[in-house]
Amino acid sequence: MSGESKAIVAQGLSKRFQSFLAVDNLDLEIAKGEVVGFIGPNGAGKSTTLRMLCGLLRPSSGKAHVAGYDVEKDPEAVREHIGYMSQKFSLYNDLTVRENLRFFGGIYRVPKKEFAGRMNFAVSMAGLEGREDMLVHTLAGGWKQRLALGCAILHRPPILFLDEPTSGVEPEARRRFWDLIHDLASDGVTILVSTHYMDEAEYCNRIALINRGRLVAMGSPGELRLRDLGGKLVEIACSPLGAAVNALAGSVIEAAIFGDRLHAVLDPNGPDGEEIRKLLEEKGMNVGAIRMVSPSLEDVFVRLVSGGKEERVLS
Amino acid sequence: MAYKETLQIRRDPRSLAIALLMPLMQMLMLGYGVSLDIKHVPLCLYDQENSQNSRLLADDFVSSKWFSVSRVLTSEEGIRDAMDRGECVAALVIPSNFSRRLAMTKRASVQAIFDATDVNTTNIALGYAQGIMARTSTLPSTVDFEPGTWFNETLDSRNFIIPGVIAVILALVGAQLTSLTISREWERGTMEQLISTPISASEVLVGKLIPYVAIGFINAGFCLVSAVYWFGVPFRGSMGTLFVTTSLFIVVVLGIGYLISVRVRSQLGASQIALLVTMLPTTLLSGYTFPIDQMPQAIQAISLVVYPRYFVTILRAIFLKGSGLDDLWMPVSGLAIYAIVIVWLASTAFRKRLD
Ligand SMILES: Nc1ncnc2c1ncn2[C@@H]1O[C@H](COP(=O)(O)OP(=O)(O)O)[C@@H](O)[C@H]1O
Ligand SMILES: [Mg+2]
Repeated sequence: MSGESKAIVAQGLSKRFQSFLAVDNLDLEIAKGEVVGFIGPNGAGKSTTLRMLCGLLRPSSGKAHVAGYDVEKDPEAVREHIGYMSQKFSLYNDLTVRENLRFFGGIYRVPKKEFAGRMNFAVSMAGLEGREDMLVHTLAGGWKQRLALGCAILHRPPILFLDEPTSGVEPEARRRFWDLIHDLASDGVTILVSTHYMDEAEYCNRIALINRGRLVAMGSPGELRLRDLGGKLVEIACSPLGAAVNALAGSVIEAAIFGDRLHAVLDPNGPDGEEIRKLLEEKGMNVGAIRMVSPSLEDVFVRLVSGGKEERVLS
Repeated sequence: MAYKETLQIRRDPRSLAIALLMPLMQMLMLGYGVSLDIKHVPLCLYDQENSQNSRLLADDFVSSKWFSVSRVLTSEEGIRDAMDRGECVAALVIPSNFSRRLAMTKRASVQAIFDATDVNTTNIALGYAQGIMARTSTLPSTVDFEPGTWFNETLDSRNFIIPGVIAVILALVGAQLTSLTISREWERGTMEQLISTPISASEVLVGKLIPYVAIGFINAGFCLVSAVYWFGVPFRGSMGTLFVTTSLFIVVVLGIGYLISVRVRSQLGASQIALLVTMLPTTLLSGYTFPIDQMPQAIQAISLVVYPRYFVTILRAIFLKGSGLDDLWMPVSGLAIYAIVIVWLASTAFRKRLD
């Protein structure tokens, strides 16, 4: 049996929708108790991968084992060992908090005598004490999300798949949600969580960066930050930003909008900071300060994603 | 599962009201059929007595706008001839002892004979005739009305139609309701969550159907009560037989709705397909209005696989003939085979996969 000590193993996992390759030859190894962030832009193939790992979609090729069980041959065994929060909000809106929990407790076959305790745990985890009899559609987004997580862990699964659990939730609620994820991880739960918020990458033990169905990089946030961008990174205050990105194309290794600034990776053999200023001013743009910055994870992602180059997974 | 489903049904009182009221409305609509438009049903009069009383009674028919007297006959054979030639659809026979019985017992009867070839018209004409007889005030005493059919003697107009209507309603409503149960979960996005759990396909099937079986029985009860107390259809059979056969039928229709729901992921699509597969065969081929033995051979053969046909036959026999399960073993086993096949298909249809 593969993956005795590994919670999740995927080898050459691919999914093809008609002619479209949504997930391309993905290799993944996740140890027990890890929190792994699955990060990539919309349409990168995050959901598709998670669905294959839950046994909801059949891989077109490749293999995956979750909790030691083959997702294609033994999806039922996989389902007994996982909790899954799908991307689309997945509770019953017309039922109350308590009724949703009771329903999921029932289908997860939570033993009767343990049920009350687990339900209390889920309710307090979601911060829903006193709201047990409210209809779910009257709850705010953050609460719904935490309740959905509560439902997904009623049966104490050793592995959790969370598909963009924090999308559309206000920042404060997002932080609370990540606290919950870490609490679960400290109890030994393995968690694979997808997100398109780059800033959430910092919360993960490791990050798998996926773009156009391919795993572009994998490693801890620290490791990824050390990635060589190929040149010095400068932050340029200028306007208009969009036109500046176009103007720099060809002169620098990489230029991307970063909030209200521009981040550019300078080509060691190309123009330096002052030459860039001239180049932009010649095109009639307002240029403010240009200063060197140390790369953030986001810079690395931008570089990896737009570079389109396939890079080796960090060891 | 069943508990959750019941809660959800209760949380949606509008749909529940529709589910329970729709059958009643359909019962009234279908029960009365298209009758409101038909007037001047051609009637032959055969007044064997030709007394003042009998003419008074005949006048009630003559003066009503529902009937127009096309011929006055002088012999029993004349009725058959006139009907054969299509000159009348109904014939009123007033017996020669009409006045004498009225005088002696304050009670007399007349006979109405219908050409039941056109079941619809016959049904309507019977309703009119009963209406006229009920209102007739020109006669001093009660006149019983003995409807009898001449052709297609198994057909008995409204009594014949109503049990069929019950089958049609149960089929339509049942399949409609369940066709939504699974597709609703797909549309709301809860299905993806559901299939990621260890729930089994049969748990889903049973959980989804139990509440609807209950609704199906409530509907069947409504239909039965309105058939007997509103439409006055005699109920001669046993409740036990009715219960067993109705259960089978409900299982079949709900199972079909469920199968559709599993296959079609949009609610709209599912309910339309459900309408198509229940409405057409049920109304056209079940024999509820169009007698099966008058259909072309090929269509008769097709109607053998139309499940409501068995139930229509069964209901008619239970209502009108008081048949028990032993008399009905043929259609009942037809229905039972259907139920088994459908349940088998339904229990394997649910796939816990997105592709
Ligand atoms: N059932 C499907 N049929 C066809 N294409 C699909 C299907 N599901 C997803 N895709 C496509 O696969 C790509 C990856 O989708 P997805 O895994 O949902 O991305 P992500 O979750 O990273 O945003 C998208 O381009 C999407 O359009
Ligand atoms: Mg997604």
